[in-house]
Amino acid sequence: MSFDFDSLIAAINSAYPGAVKERIEYRGETTLIIDKDRISSVCGHLKGTFGFTFLADLTAVDYLEIRTPRYEVVYHVHRFGPEIDENIRLRLKAEVHGDNPKIDSVTHIWSGADWLEREVYDMFGIVFTGHPDLRRILMPEDYEPFPLRKDFDVRDREASKRSFERALREGGD
Amino acid sequence: MGVNSNSLLGGDGFITTTIEAFANWGRKNSLWPMPFGTACCAIEMMGVFASRFDLSRFGAEVARFSPRQADLMIVSGTITYKMASVCRMIYDQMPEPKWVIAMGSCTCGGGPFDSYAVVQGIDEFLPVDVYIGGCPPRPEAIIDAVMKIQKKIDLEGAPIL
Repeated sequence: MSFDFDSLIAAINSAYPGAVKERIEYRGETTLIIDKDRISSVCGHLKGTFGFTFLADLTAVDYLEIRTPRYEVVYHVHRFGPEIDENIRLRLKAEVHGDNPKIDSVTHIWSGADWLEREVYDMFGIVFTGHPDLRRILMPEDYEPFPLRKDFDVRDREASKRSFERALREGGD
Repeated sequence: MGVNSNSLLGGDGFITTTIEAFANWGRKNSLWPMPFGTACCAIEMMGVFASRFDLSRFGAEVARFSPRQADLMIVSGTITYKMASVCRMIYDQMPEPKWVIAMGSCTCGGGPFDSYAVVQGIDEFLPVDVYIGGCPPRPEAIIDAVMKIQKKIDLEGAPIL
C-alpha cells in the first residue's frame, strides 16, 4: 500500500479546517503550507494519527524584500514504514510575519525540536512560544543581532567583539 | 660553552657555560606543546606528532593537554570569537616562558571565513611568534615552525627567574 497524501490532507483539513493552505509537488517531494497558528495541532495530528514520529529538521528562511510574510519556518518530518513505500518525508512550511515574529513550539510533540528551535531563534530571532528553554545556542548569550537575517551584514564583527571582550573581563563563554 | 682545559679545575670532563645559555638550550630542546586544535589543521598537527613525521626528533613530542605543563601553544584551526576567550584563558594559564605558533590560514588571518563569528587572525588577542600559512600546512612546515621557535629561544632566550 502506498501512502495517500490526499487522504492525509483531507483528514487534517476536516480536523482543523483551513489548516493546510496549499500543497506543492516538486520532483517527488511534497510540501504543505500550514497556517502558522495551527502548526502545533497539525504536527500533533501528523505524529499521532499518521505516524510521523521523526522530526528530521527544523529551520527558517528570510524572504526580506522578496515576499510577505517575511519568514518561513520549515519542518521536515518523516515516518518509517512499515512498508518500504510508506517511508515518507514530508515538508511543512509556516509563514511568519516580520514584525514580532512568533510561532508555537513543537517541542512537546518531538523533543528533538528543542535545540533546532533554539538555533532558529538564535539566527533569525523567531520566538517559539511554549519552548521550555529558549536561549541562544550558538552565539554568545549577550549577543544582540540575529545574524542570518538578511538585513544583517555578515561581515559585521562588532557585536562578536563586544561579547568576546565581556567574556575576557568576566570569564565564561 | 667551552671545553675546560685548565688543569687547576680538573682538566677534561666538564664544560663551562652561562646559566642562561644552559637554560635556553634545555628549553629549546624540550618544548612541550599545548595543542589547541579546533578544526582540520589539528588533524595535520596530529600527523606531525605521530611516527611518520615524528616531532619528537626535535624534542617537542610531549603534547600536554594541561596548559600548566606546556610552554608552546600551537593554535591550529578556525578561532571564533566565542572560542577566542577560551583560547586566551588557556594561554594565560601557561607558565612563563611561553611561545605561540599560529598554524594555518584561519588562525593567521581568518582564512576563507570573512564572517561575523570568526576572528580575523589570532594576533588580535594573542602574541604570536611564528605564523604558518597553508590550508592545511604540510607537516614539514610545522616542523619548520618549531625549528624557528628553537632558533628564537636560542637567539633571544627568556628570563630564567
